Amino acid sequence: MKSLDDEFHGIMTAGLGSLRSKVTKPFRNALESIQASEGDRARMEAVFDEAENPLDEDGDEIAIRVRGLSKIYGKHPGRAMELLAEGHTKEEVQNLTGNNVGLYDVSFDVKKGEIFVLMGLSGSGKSTLERCLNRLIEPTEGQIVVEGVDLTHMDDDLLREVRRRKISMVFQSFGLLPHRDIKNNVAYGLELQGIREEERLRIAQETIDLVGLTGYEDSYPEELSGGMKQRVGLARALATDPDILFMDEAFSALDPLIRNEMQDELQKLHSRLGRTIIFVTHDLDEALKLGDHIALIKDGEIAQIGTPEEILRNPADDYVSSFVRGVDSTKVLTAELFMKKVTDKVRISQGPRTALKILRSSRRSSLFVVDHDDRLIGMVKQERLIRAVNAEGSLMDAVITDVPTVAADSLMKDVIQIMVTTDFPIPVVDGNGILLGIVDPSVAAEAYSEGEAIR
Amino acid sequence: MTSVVGTFAEALVDFVEYYFGWLLNLLGRVLDVPLDLLGNVLYDTEPLILIVAIAAISLLVTRRMITTAVITAAFAIIHWMGYWNSAMITLNMVIVSAAVAIVIAVPLGIWAARSEFANPVIKTLMDFMQTMPAFVYLIPAVIFFGLGVVPGVVATVIFAMPPVVRLTNLGIRQVPVEMDEVAESFGSTEFQKLTKVQLPTAMPSIMAGINQCIMLSLSMVVIAAMIGGGGLGQDIVFALNRVDVALGFEAGLAVVLIAIALDRLTQALRDGGNGSELRT
Ligand SMILES: Nc1ncnc2c1ncn2[C@@H]1O[C@H](COP(=O)(O)OP(=O)(O)OP(=O)(O)O)[C@@H](O)[C@H]1O
Ligand SMILES: [Mg+2]
Repeated sequence: MKSLDDEFHGIMTAGLGSLRSKVTKPFRNALESIQASEGDRARMEAVFDEAENPLDEDGDEIAIRVRGLSKIYGKHPGRAMELLAEGHTKEEVQNLTGNNVGLYDVSFDVKKGEIFVLMGLSGSGKSTLERCLNRLIEPTEGQIVVEGVDLTHMDDDLLREVRRRKISMVFQSFGLLPHRDIKNNVAYGLELQGIREEERLRIAQETIDLVGLTGYEDSYPEELSGGMKQRVGLARALATDPDILFMDEAFSALDPLIRNEMQDELQKLHSRLGRTIIFVTHDLDEALKLGDHIALIKDGEIAQIGTPEEILRNPADDYVSSFVRGVDSTKVLTAELFMKKVTDKVRISQGPRTALKILRSSRRSSLFVVDHDDRLIGMVKQERLIRAVNAEGSLMDAVITDVPTVAADSLMKDVIQIMVTTDFPIPVVDGNGILLGIVDPSVAAEAYSEGEAIR
Repeated sequence: MTSVVGTFAEALVDFVEYYFGWLLNLLGRVLDVPLDLLGNVLYDTEPLILIVAIAAISLLVTRRMITTAVITAAFAIIHWMGYWNSAMITLNMVIVSAAVAIVIAVPLGIWAARSEFANPVIKTLMDFMQTMPAFVYLIPAVIFFGLGVVPGVVATVIFAMPPVVRLTNLGIRQVPVEMDEVAESFGSTEFQKLTKVQLPTAMPSIMAGINQCIMLSLSMVVIAAMIGGGGLGQDIVFALNRVDVALGFEAGLAVVLIAIALDRLTQALRDGGNGSELRT
């Protein structure tokens, strides 16, 4: 009886829901297009079209340029700023004025298309910084330039359009709307853009497929696991086709396994879609894995900015080194760093006799064989070479083609894993199979001691 | 016998009566409109047809067969006991009072939630309105509107409003900050933030307030019989005067049955508020 009633309830609910949504659709569409404000959109686009993207010294485009950004929480920010300028510390300012210093004099550039990680301890100001960048938090002082346009003095209508179309955000506790199903959660930003229902649901579906949630369109957030919820959060952010993505501890609420999976997924999406991402985390491993550049934040100021390797190799101060202490550097350092030039190789056209001579003089047990474009063909060992010479065969007869290779950006931890199963150097090749260099087994020890040195 | 406080209250009532009598008059006429419209339907329709209609409505609202059966049975029993006419008068007043209360209270609650200035003022006012004994409202109501249904409705609206204001306010304030950030970061206007994020998220809470509002309306409407509101309350007052246990019990039971029916109906709205009903 009860279950029959439940079933009845389900059918009725679904039926009435779709009926209601059909009846109210014209009204909703009308209301949304009124609020969509095409004028502001055109104005926003004109502003961005006119603006010129600043370039950095390498000639790369800069997506976000931040200069002298400060945020004081409290009633007397002016006084607090003066004290900070006089060199007082955050604590002193807090004691003297009762104001909280969120950020002080932060400057950095984010290149177009990179993942820029903001890292620091809890309370260091990461979220404040990220929220200042789209003025969710109004900065006290400083300048934020996005794609050449100064956001700091932008009026509210334009700023809203920027948030609708240029920048979107992924949140730590997902921030999904509990009363909406997945497709309508994903379509949320599109709805605010004023896109009609059919169209936005179509785009939502594409984005849902993109993040691998096909089949969950009609589910509700409460029915999904944490990892899936954050995929929805990611899909919602991607659906509006923004140039810039803000992610505030987006994976911190997930358990380690799912977290790893999501990081891989993000990297995949990033290399496919190429958006600029500002990623906030307090987890160094995550920062090192994802970041093209990392900014370490301490007490509202930047302690160091650099690539993961720069930060690991040359921590700017004690704060940074205390962070990187204990990191397994093989998880960060790449094969490229330990790669040596190939001194012992033979071209396939040179024949087995020459190969044998080179091999003997090299005092190695094996030799890499390349074609005339330097593309790796394989490896030869003495024993088989001698056999080939005796049989008057070609060099090709002696080549072992089944050789493991790594890429220049492979992590040392993976390289070492291959190394322990072999007794020869690991060849490093590029995407076309061209031999770039080798990683010698002896460097495995070096890679580890590098970690020790940092420690 | 009264102190200066009472004298002041009296002066205030006199003042309002003298200077705003025309406004109150207008208000009474405005309230008459929905009372008459709904009353025409409730009083003039065949009870059996109405019971079928009620069954259909509860099926649509609750979407549950068992609950529908309970609600339908409640009205059937009232009819069978012979309290149909009184019950319809009471129901008319309850529906109109609760509707007016909700229409006023939800915006007030939203205002209180969004303005740090309005919040303490509205909160104090609601505390006052909720703790003042219900009977006290009847006195100015009679002075302003005379005897009858309208003063009963006005007193009921005031009495039943606070939980909706409170729970709307609370519901919106309890929306996680991150939700507001979601709304803002995707470029919502204030209105979009309210309608697409805050209100839907607060809906279970608001619905709980509406449920309470309807229950309070029912209890107040019964009390309003003392100033000529009529309906089941009048039967109860009558039974009290004559110490008629049978009449008193039956009329009381009819009130309980209406309460159960209304509770189940709005409960369904509240559960729906958690998702299905408001889901898009
Ligand atoms: N609304 C606020 N009012 C006053 N102080 C604030 C406010 N928000 C943040 N702060 C202060 O600003 C500083 C930076 O906070 P923020 O939230 O940016 O840190 P965080 O690096 O994101 O930390 P977490 O890792 O815990 O999220 C902290 O000292 C915090 O107490
Ligand atoms: Mg934070």
